Amino acid sequence: MEKFFQKNTKSNFKQLIQKHSYYFKAMHISEGILSPAVLIGGAAFAAAGVAIGLKNLEQKEIPTVGILSAAFFVASLIHVPAGPVSAHLILNGLVGLILGWKAFPAILVGLALQALLFQFGGMTTLGVNTLNMALPAVICYHIFKNGLKAGMGKHTVIICAFATGFFSVLLSGIMVGLSLYLTGEAFLPAAKLVVAAHLPVMFIEGILTTTCILFLKKVRPEILEGDHVS
Amino acid sequence: MFEELTNGDSFIHGLDPRGKLIVVFLFSIVVAAADRFQVLLGSLTLGLLIVLTAKVPARKLIKRLIPVNMLILFLWLFLPFTFGGEPLFFMGPLAVTREGVFYATRISIKSNAMMLMLIALVASTPIFFMGHAMHQLKIPNKIVHLFFFTYRYIHAIYREYLRLKNSIKIRGFIPKTDLHTYKTFAYMVGMLLVRSFDRAHRVHNAMLCRGFKGDLYSLKKFSFKTNDVVSIIFMMAMIVIMGVMEWA
Repeated sequence: MEKFFQKNTKSNFKQLIQKHSYYFKAMHISEGILSPAVLIGGAAFAAAGVAIGLKNLEQKEIPTVGILSAAFFVASLIHVPAGPVSAHLILNGLVGLILGWKAFPAILVGLALQALLFQFGGMTTLGVNTLNMALPAVICYHIFKNGLKAGMGKHTVIICAFATGFFSVLLSGIMVGLSLYLTGEAFLPAAKLVVAAHLPVMFIEGILTTTCILFLKKVRPEILEGDHVS
Repeated sequence: MFEELTNGDSFIHGLDPRGKLIVVFLFSIVVAAADRFQVLLGSLTLGLLIVLTAKVPARKLIKRLIPVNMLILFLWLFLPFTFGGEPLFFMGPLAVTREGVFYATRISIKSNAMMLMLIALVASTPIFFMGHAMHQLKIPNKIVHLFFFTYRYIHAIYREYLRLKNSIKIRGFIPKTDLHTYKTFAYMVGMLLVRSFDRAHRVHNAMLCRGFKGDLYSLKKFSFKTNDVVSIIFMMAMIVIMGVMEWA
């Protein structure tokens, strides 16, 4: 019985982190791989995105955005079965739908903590990794947010939510592949494989985002209204 | 989690977090841009030296290096074959090029050198000190606040997640590759967000009641001591030497 139910203690958190340290995370590009040009370009665009996000972020929203960012951090540790292997959730589409431009600072902080706690990614790749995850989220937010507004038909909501989950992962995968490809043409096969590895994840993320959005619309619609002031 | 190591006591643990952050940052930049083998081997040696000085237990260090090297290993499957250059030897129809092997070796050294430095930093500095150091290094206030809140709530929300996980287990849920599983996970994530959202409201109200005005205070005062000055000068000299060796 003890084994069946996990105790909610801090030692579980340690176990979890040790366990997950072994998984290969395709979404994070490690240190030392990308060329300086790609790193600088990524950092510059990420800085611009973060600046826009911070402009939209009011002081009193910080506790809410921080806690949501922590929730996404934990959600990204959840592994779901995908056929014979298991995939970890990315959920950047959902982050984008809930936070809009604020996804940039939220993802930056989440990735910084992942680098510090698990050493996934590091200081020089922080910019590129933030850009690769946050930009697709923001793009999808701007394209699909109108479909989620109150009063929209259920089918519109389902299509838009699915598309957000699907395309944000697709774009992220393409951007990770592109970062590798721009570093050197020798990376092309590896980059292609990275994009291909994201294909099954896209469908899972699409389904998850749709169900989650429908759930949130029913239970706590104000989370989706972009108003995070307590 | 890595904070368990921060209880350790070494020369590096006692240094000012601001200095450590800056040094690791500059080191990472120089190593990321470096290409020559001498420089890279030098950086790897320096990284090892620092990790040894920080007294990081060997087993934990190796565990930490595994995820990075998984990606490197993945790249080793491709780079020796796809990088143009003179063939070293043939594996069936594929030529392994000299340049490709060199390139992959360089990447491996770079990655590990940078990771060693990062691990030394993380192992010797509690995350909260890191936040305060970031604040004093003039990283925007909002980012530092976000960093504190996120870090603080990862633990709380992870426990919430375990509770939800137990409750779906009690109801006999077994994860499979089907729609039901994904929907269940989606509801779990949704519930996690709803609870986190409510908690955020309670926390923020409680903070307002206690007079929160947007300032976070550190009980620990940072100050540069002789040790800090000496080690910063040493590390800067090392970084400059690496730079000169690379570009001069």
